Amino acid sequence: MSPIQSALHPAGAHAAATATLFQIFLGVTGFFFLLVLLFLGWAILRRDRGTASDKRLRLTVAAWAMLITVGLFGLTLASYATDRSLFFAGHDQKPLRLKVTAQQWWWEVRYNGATPAQTITTANEIHLPLGRPAQIELEADDVIHSLWIPNLVGKEDLIPGRTTDLQLLPRQVGRFRAQCAEFCGLQHAHMALDVVVDTPEQFAAWEARSLQPAPAPRSEAQKRGHAIVTGMHCSGCHAITGTDAFGTVGPDLTRVASRATLAAGELPNARAWLTRWIADPQAIKPGNRMPRIPLTPAQRSDVVAYLETLK
Amino acid sequence: MTRVDGPDFSGDALHAALAKTWSDAPGFWGWLATVDHKRVGRRYIVTAFVFLGLGGVLALLMRLQLARPESGLISADRYNQIFSMHGTTMMFLFAVPVMEAFAVYLIPLMMGTRQIAFPRLNAFSYWIYLFGGVFLWIAFLLNIGPEAGWFAYVPLAGPEYSPGKRTDVWAQLITFTEVAALAGAVELITTILKQRAPGMSLNRMPLFAWSILVTSFMIVFAMPAVMLASSFLISDRLVGTQFYNPTEGGDALLWQHLFWFFGHPEVYIIFIPAVGFVSQITETFSQRQVFGYPLMVMAVVSIGLLAFGLWVHHMFATGLPRIGYSFYTAASMMIALPGGVQIFCWTATIWSGRPRWETPLWWVVAFIVTFVIGGLSGVMVASVPLDLQLHDSYFVVAHFHYVLIGGAVFPLLGAVTYWFPKFSGRLMAEPLGRWNVLFSFLTFHLTFFPMHLTGLLGMPRRVYTYPHGLGWDSLNLVSSIGAFLFAASVLLFFGNMVWSLSRGRAAGANPWNAASLEWKMPSPPPCYNFDHIPVVESRTPLWDDDRPVIPGLQTDKRELLVTTAIDAHSDLRDASAPPNAWPFFAAIATTIAFLGSIFTPWAVIWGALLMAVPLIFWFWPHDPLEPKPEQGDE
Amino acid sequence: MSETRFVGDASTLPDYGFGARSTTWWGVTGFIAIEGAAFALAFAAYFFLMAQEKQWPASAPPPDLLWGSATVALLLLSEVPNIWLKRAAERMDLRAVRRGLVVMSLIVLPAFVTRGLEYDHLNIGWDRNAYGSITWALLLMHTVHLVTDWVDTLVLTALMHTKHGEKDRRFVDTSENALYWHFIVGSWLLVYVLIYWIPRLSQ
Repeated sequence: MSPIQSALHPAGAHAAATATLFQIFLGVTGFFFLLVLLFLGWAILRRDRGTASDKRLRLTVAAWAMLITVGLFGLTLASYATDRSLFFAGHDQKPLRLKVTAQQWWWEVRYNGATPAQTITTANEIHLPLGRPAQIELEADDVIHSLWIPNLVGKEDLIPGRTTDLQLLPRQVGRFRAQCAEFCGLQHAHMALDVVVDTPEQFAAWEARSLQPAPAPRSEAQKRGHAIVTGMHCSGCHAITGTDAFGTVGPDLTRVASRATLAAGELPNARAWLTRWIADPQAIKPGNRMPRIPLTPAQRSDVVAYLETLK
Repeated sequence: MTRVDGPDFSGDALHAALAKTWSDAPGFWGWLATVDHKRVGRRYIVTAFVFLGLGGVLALLMRLQLARPESGLISADRYNQIFSMHGTTMMFLFAVPVMEAFAVYLIPLMMGTRQIAFPRLNAFSYWIYLFGGVFLWIAFLLNIGPEAGWFAYVPLAGPEYSPGKRTDVWAQLITFTEVAALAGAVELITTILKQRAPGMSLNRMPLFAWSILVTSFMIVFAMPAVMLASSFLISDRLVGTQFYNPTEGGDALLWQHLFWFFGHPEVYIIFIPAVGFVSQITETFSQRQVFGYPLMVMAVVSIGLLAFGLWVHHMFATGLPRIGYSFYTAASMMIALPGGVQIFCWTATIWSGRPRWETPLWWVVAFIVTFVIGGLSGVMVASVPLDLQLHDSYFVVAHFHYVLIGGAVFPLLGAVTYWFPKFSGRLMAEPLGRWNVLFSFLTFHLTFFPMHLTGLLGMPRRVYTYPHGLGWDSLNLVSSIGAFLFAASVLLFFGNMVWSLSRGRAAGANPWNAASLEWKMPSPPPCYNFDHIPVVESRTPLWDDDRPVIPGLQTDKRELLVTTAIDAHSDLRDASAPPNAWPFFAAIATTIAFLGSIFTPWAVIWGALLMAVPLIFWFWPHDPLEPKPEQGDE
Repeated sequence: MSETRFVGDASTLPDYGFGARSTTWWGVTGFIAIEGAAFALAFAAYFFLMAQEKQWPASAPPPDLLWGSATVALLLLSEVPNIWLKRAAERMDLRAVRRGLVVMSLIVLPAFVTRGLEYDHLNIGWDRNAYGSITWALLLMHTVHLVTDWVDTLVLTALMHTKHGEKDRRFVDTSENALYWHFIVGSWLLVYVLIYWIPRLSQ
């Protein structure tokens, strides 16, 4: 399996161009390094220590400076050309627009539609259609974060009080991992998100599914769980479309069961982990804003039963 | 009756007279009051190495934690403090001070003078540095150490997201170390420009002196930026100003601009003195003048200038206008030109000289190989598209450790080996020294080379742990093993120092047959440095057959020869301040004021009053023979 | 080792010199450079914050002109005795230096009054917004310099009235103290433009 968080395994136009540029830099700098090593080796091993005049050295140093200048000029040009081409990558197509808002220590992801009903809000997971450029608007609520999806594109900071943006163009279907790259406090290490590149059809299906309100609970356990979640305990912070939960402090839970991970990439989204997370979020990710909710094991299992229906 | 040195007053009688004038009182008081640049410099060096050790322990703790994924050894909170302390200690308490410390010790000897300019300010600078460092470490042990990184980005370091005293401690530590560094810079500039031996025109100055001159000017113009930035930060935190608060017109990027306007030159403030070490070592062990002296001077000066035009390359990911970025890319890459020329000149010096393969020269080889890798990875991060991938990843961690350890610590260890006989009168043990170079070189690369790959494979910096299965596990383990071995090699070096201090071979005045003036007097140097002030007629005075001196300085009071700034013509006789404990008390008062201001802004007022007392005593002449008051803390 | 060859004779050199000849001048100039750099960066911060704001001054009328301008006038006026004092020092005229230093110690006092009133007429609190913070910071930075150099002048005045004042190199100190006062006055002119005129010109 190819690494899912690597700049060396590009799956997007930007990362691919950058990887190529890296090869060019590696080749050119490697050449210079080799020259330095050869000269140094010669200087160390040289046997005939004659009374060579400095004149030859002066000519050589001039040539060396010229060579460095040419090398640097070439690299600057290559860098600039790459930067330009990336800036215009996919400019002929209408980009998918979405907005990522970072906070300690998770990501809110929003696909704005014409109306609130056409708006998708999710968390810690981005879906992108293959081959269509995406433009991500970036904001931060608290401190500076940085969104880095190495397989697709280099990083961009999310800065409170400013709006930045990130453009990318996925070229390969797959599930990738992104992570916060700017130190953002206690749980900086646990601020990842999944980036899923779908085929256009899969993406359309995901979009349609995500626009639906949350399914109603069916079993008794699910109904009990629904009551707890939409009662005071969870809805103060979390939102679930189609219910009375409107909180905005924590991630939107409307499709929580469809996501691959929990707690911003920290845990696999499986029943056992979800249960443990609800039981004591502070033990798993100390300092995060979700408090320990006093629930009996039975209540917890009801909550989990309900949350698992939110696909 | 005053007596001056000269043909009829020299030898043992002169020695006795000068020793009486220039020595410190015995005992504790003499220790406290000393202003001898060699004693202060030695203290400075030892203290900086202690902080290197402490910073190294922190590095090992981090490597222990990162040796395997999902390690629970160190909590997130502790880890964040540890890496903040590691960066702060290494940058502010080790790297910059140790370079100034070497300069404080060596520059007066190399310039041919009896004492550094403003010696009391120098003593004050050391005490402030010591108190600042001790204060930071005590705070850390009390669990109020810095937590927002050595770079303290706002808003994370601001009042809302870093409540408590931790970041205040960091901000005041900055004030301590900057006061110390700025004072040192002014002393060194004045010593280099005004106290050179007659005849040592600027174009005959040893390259180390050029390095220190450029470094000191960089300190003068770069350090105020971080003092200003941290003063804004602490006032945002303590009295509610809004410099960095985006909701009230402040801006988080103001911090980054100010910080990196200091922070980037800072890297060269560490590196340029190391360039000076390398030049001196290469000259001595190749037994020829460094090839391309004018080029080397131009290179150092141009690096010093260019360093102020690069800061934005730390901010490529902040979304500033694209067009501006191209300028910083070009400027950042351009710095490789003087760097490359220097590398060539050193290698050419070895190539065309008659090298003697003593340990310091092996450190130079280790430096060239390692530093060139760091420089070339620096060319990579100067490119905007590449930087957006590499920035804040382990690639950058690898890059700057190549530059800072390879580019500054290797030369520093070479410099210690080289000047150890001058400091102590004894040589460091061989062949242990040579094995040490090899061992350090290999283990360094074992530690840091894999980090390039770890970063390219997507691992960000400053994470206290990482998940299993992303391809980082074995690379991290290798780095951790390497780190412990590398630490062992540094320990070996320290061991060699301690052993050699009492058991090393006696060195004599000039064991390496070096050319610069610090090798003229016996080792260790007498308290007055030179019996007669040397007169310089070439770039390599000790390799000349003729070694004239100038007589006529008074011997019964501390007197220095002042020369003109460019040509070093003899111009004045200047008095040099005798020992005095007021700098120590002034440093205590300053420390109380700085610490107090963490808790109440009023400390700025009563602290200033408190500081005024020792300062007035410090500047006030004590007797009619007493020299002029120094301009110190205006 | 060959016989030591002696060239020249340092004992005939003077033991003081004015301006760039003296190490004191280099020390003072070094600190002026440091503080000048700090001011320059504070000015840069001012313009940086200004560029982020739609309106400048933000949420406040500009500071009242009167007292700041009065400080300008007083400081410019103080340059008359300051220049006179510097010349007296360089002539090594002890009586004139003593008088000049007393004048310099006193002439600052009215400037302290106008400076105090300036704080009252900034029309913004330091904690109101970033504009207020940087305005206060500039004024405070300059005030610290003003007070420090005043204390320096007091100490020097006392010193010059003792027997220490008779030593030649004390005149060098007096001359360099006058140089530093130039810096205090010059930096104020720039700070004054920033605090009082930039908000008016950018309205």
